Amino acid sequence: MGSNIYIAIVLCPLLASLVAGLGGRLVGRSGAHAVTIAGVGVSFLLSLLVLRDQLAPGSEPFNESVYTWLVTDGVRIQVGFLVDTLTALMMVVVTFVSLMVHIYTIGYMHDDPGYQRFFSYISLFTFAMLMLVMANNFMQLFFGWEGVGLVSYLLIGFWYTRPTAIFASLKAFMINRIGDFGFIVGIAMVLAHTGSLDYQQVFAQSAALGGMQIEVFAGMPWSVATVTCLALFVGAMAKSAQMPLHAWLPDSMEGPTPISALIHAATMVTAGVFMVARMSPLFEQSETAPAVVMAIGATTALLTGFIGIVQNDIKRVVAYSTLSQLGYMTAALGASAYAAGIFHLMTHAFFKALLFLAAGSVIVALHHEQDMRKMGGLRHHMPITYWTTLLGSLALIGFPGFSGFFSKDAIIEAVGLSSIPGAGYAYLCLLIGVFVTALYSFRMFFLVFHGEERLDAELRGHVRESPLVITLPLVLLAVASVASGWPFIESVVFGGYFGGSIVVDPAHAVLDELGREFHGPGAFVLHGLLGMPLLLAAAGVAVAWYAYMKEPSLPGRVRRKASVLYTLLVNKYYLDDLNEKVIVRGTRGVGTLLWRVGDMFLIDGAVVNGSARVVDWVAGRMRRGQTGYLYHYAFAMVIGLSILLGWILFKRA
Amino acid sequence: MITLTHYMALSALLFSISVAGIFINRKNVILLLMCVELLLLAVNFNFIALSRFMGDATGQVFVFFILTVAAAEAAIGLAIMVVLFRTRRSINVQELDVLKG
Amino acid sequence: MLTLAIFGMLAAVLVTAATGVIVSRNPVHAAMWLVLTFATSAVLWLLLEAEFLAIILVLVYVGAVMVLFLFVVMMLDVNATVAREGFTRYAALGSVIAAIVVGELLALLWLRSSGLPITRPLAGMPDGHSNTREIGLELFGGHVFEFELAAFLLLLAIVAAIMLTHRQRPGLKYQDVSAQVKVRREDRVRLVKMAAERDE
Repeated sequence: MGSNIYIAIVLCPLLASLVAGLGGRLVGRSGAHAVTIAGVGVSFLLSLLVLRDQLAPGSEPFNESVYTWLVTDGVRIQVGFLVDTLTALMMVVVTFVSLMVHIYTIGYMHDDPGYQRFFSYISLFTFAMLMLVMANNFMQLFFGWEGVGLVSYLLIGFWYTRPTAIFASLKAFMINRIGDFGFIVGIAMVLAHTGSLDYQQVFAQSAALGGMQIEVFAGMPWSVATVTCLALFVGAMAKSAQMPLHAWLPDSMEGPTPISALIHAATMVTAGVFMVARMSPLFEQSETAPAVVMAIGATTALLTGFIGIVQNDIKRVVAYSTLSQLGYMTAALGASAYAAGIFHLMTHAFFKALLFLAAGSVIVALHHEQDMRKMGGLRHHMPITYWTTLLGSLALIGFPGFSGFFSKDAIIEAVGLSSIPGAGYAYLCLLIGVFVTALYSFRMFFLVFHGEERLDAELRGHVRESPLVITLPLVLLAVASVASGWPFIESVVFGGYFGGSIVVDPAHAVLDELGREFHGPGAFVLHGLLGMPLLLAAAGVAVAWYAYMKEPSLPGRVRRKASVLYTLLVNKYYLDDLNEKVIVRGTRGVGTLLWRVGDMFLIDGAVVNGSARVVDWVAGRMRRGQTGYLYHYAFAMVIGLSILLGWILFKRA
Repeated sequence: MITLTHYMALSALLFSISVAGIFINRKNVILLLMCVELLLLAVNFNFIALSRFMGDATGQVFVFFILTVAAAEAAIGLAIMVVLFRTRRSINVQELDVLKG
Repeated sequence: MLTLAIFGMLAAVLVTAATGVIVSRNPVHAAMWLVLTFATSAVLWLLLEAEFLAIILVLVYVGAVMVLFLFVVMMLDVNATVAREGFTRYAALGSVIAAIVVGELLALLWLRSSGLPITRPLAGMPDGHSNTREIGLELFGGHVFEFELAAFLLLLAIVAAIMLTHRQRPGLKYQDVSAQVKVRREDRVRLVKMAAERDE
């Protein structure tokens, strides 16, 4: 297969985006969604083709540069595609979810004045995300990385008249800048130590990188691979919203719900996970980096899950759930279970997009009411949304047989088997996380769809199911959520699906170990039925049912009893306050200091104005000499003359 | 016998007197101009004496040119002074400081 | 010896006259002293057998330049007392510096003049020698370009002096040729379209 198909996959959404964005007035509303859906649809179909091609026996990864942008000092910066099984999987996931979201958006954004702009943005996002996953070099990866970041910024602030949206978009942008700093430092490290930005060439030298030493702080030699991987992981932390750089993701819910589904749940936030998996040859060279990755992932998975329990905004519950699931993926990466992480990425993309779109469906039906305390009993009014949400939630909590069950159990098992430092802690976190996940998921489920109706008076009796353009994606995603686990776990996680695209050091190949005990998905389900995670999940559902269905006064009592804990969670562990009060203010303080001392005093005062003042002062002194009186000049001349004469007189005396 | 030394000593004396004159008459532009004429005269003395004692007429040609330049200088200098006096009613050097920064 | 005596006498007059120039309270007196200085110098130059320059000095300086000086001094009516202010204040300093310069120059003459024909008596010119002819040959022979330059400089000085002192008197009527040339029809003729008048 030639490179044309890959170029077409990438350019279709871009062209559609340009048409919808620049010619929005010309093509009108229906033209805008028609052209963008067509563009993404073509990309999706072609991606399926590519996936089939990659799955065919004996197929080789495609790796070719199609365009050389610039060559400087031997470094070629190119646009190229590396398409292997990992990429193909990502492409299908991205284009599928994107297509679903495009269709859904027709219904969701129906009355929005920024209709064409929105379609242009999400198509542009699809383009950038495809560039990111299909890149065969670090520069293109960075391009896609920044591209999705930009669109994310634009879409969080899509309703730009809302101050909260503007603030949230700025926050997302800022925090991603921190990550990008780390990311670009990592890329620079790669370039400095391998002299190339091309994946293939860099990975060929990865073993050498592991052997090299660098002194980041004097006297403390570190492995180059560790430093590079940690720097790259800082980028992944911001993009995939890992603690402590996660603060932007909950706030990003200010954007329209389709965006929350597409960008902030299914695709963009998984870019970090994808990137780490793609860099597996580098991460495998390091001892420290995977441990850090795992610890951060597991911590994120647990702590953000706790916050999800106390949220009342339906989208925020799903957002914290996303954070928690991203933590699972990251923990899997740390345990060198890249395949499990990517597998969870895929299943999560389906069920989390589903949950977000379902939440959006509810929000639309309730005329943009997002507070779960004003919902309840909706299952009779919105049956399709109800059933799809139930399927999505079951997938999320890992109900046996559903997609989430396979991916999450694989991760937990892999982390449990891992022997790197911190694995025990991570395993514990993830196990508790299962319980927490079930608790917040079904808390939301019960609050929204069961119990008594707590709707506002004017909404009562007017709530009805969403139109087909909204329910169709829900159904399709529900099918994917349920069914994407069973058929694929064997090949993706334990089989050689990823082949050469993911490299795992035999010393921590936990998935291989797990694979030896794997006897088909059925047995895996049976094994899961006896396992701890299912028990915990069931406990979580039971607690949710008891607390929100059977005994609705219980949560209030618990809240009063454990008010300290509750306050801590509601305030998100005060991390936002830490950011604003300490980091932001500290940065501003440093900035002000540098501005006052460095810029105003040293540069402006001492160097710029100082030199001028010195010149002025010298000139002022010199001016005294230039009196303008003839006799002063004559006097100087005569003094000079007499000195000259004296010199002649005595020079050879 | 009159030697070159005599003339040159005389010239040096004349030169010094005119230098002293510049200091003494530092306020009066006309007198300053006169002192400049004296300075040039002292120089001319040297030129002529050396020209004669060395037997080279070029020195005297030089004096010719100096006289020309001095005449031109006197003419323009006095003209400037007339204009100056017309506008400022004074030729006091200390009051001529409009160019001072 | 006679020439030396004459030289000494003339030198004494010269120095006295020069001193007179710089110490006179009245600018007119200073100018008169300067005339005496130039005249004495001319005589001294005659002693050196530089007749042409001596005559030129008398003609140009005593005759023209000094008259110009006197003319200006009298015309400007300078307040002598104001002009002499601070005379004594700087007299001492000026004298000291002049004395230093004199001392240095004389010391230089005596100490650093070895090899120069400095003590050799002046050889008299042979009969029939013409100083004017000598200078003329030199001037128009090797220095004709400089001569032309000097001529141009004098012309410049004339023009400059006239330009500086010439002033336009108000109420003076004269023709402005450039204005006459520049004039255009519109400046002089105005076409007016009027309605024909009719007796009603």
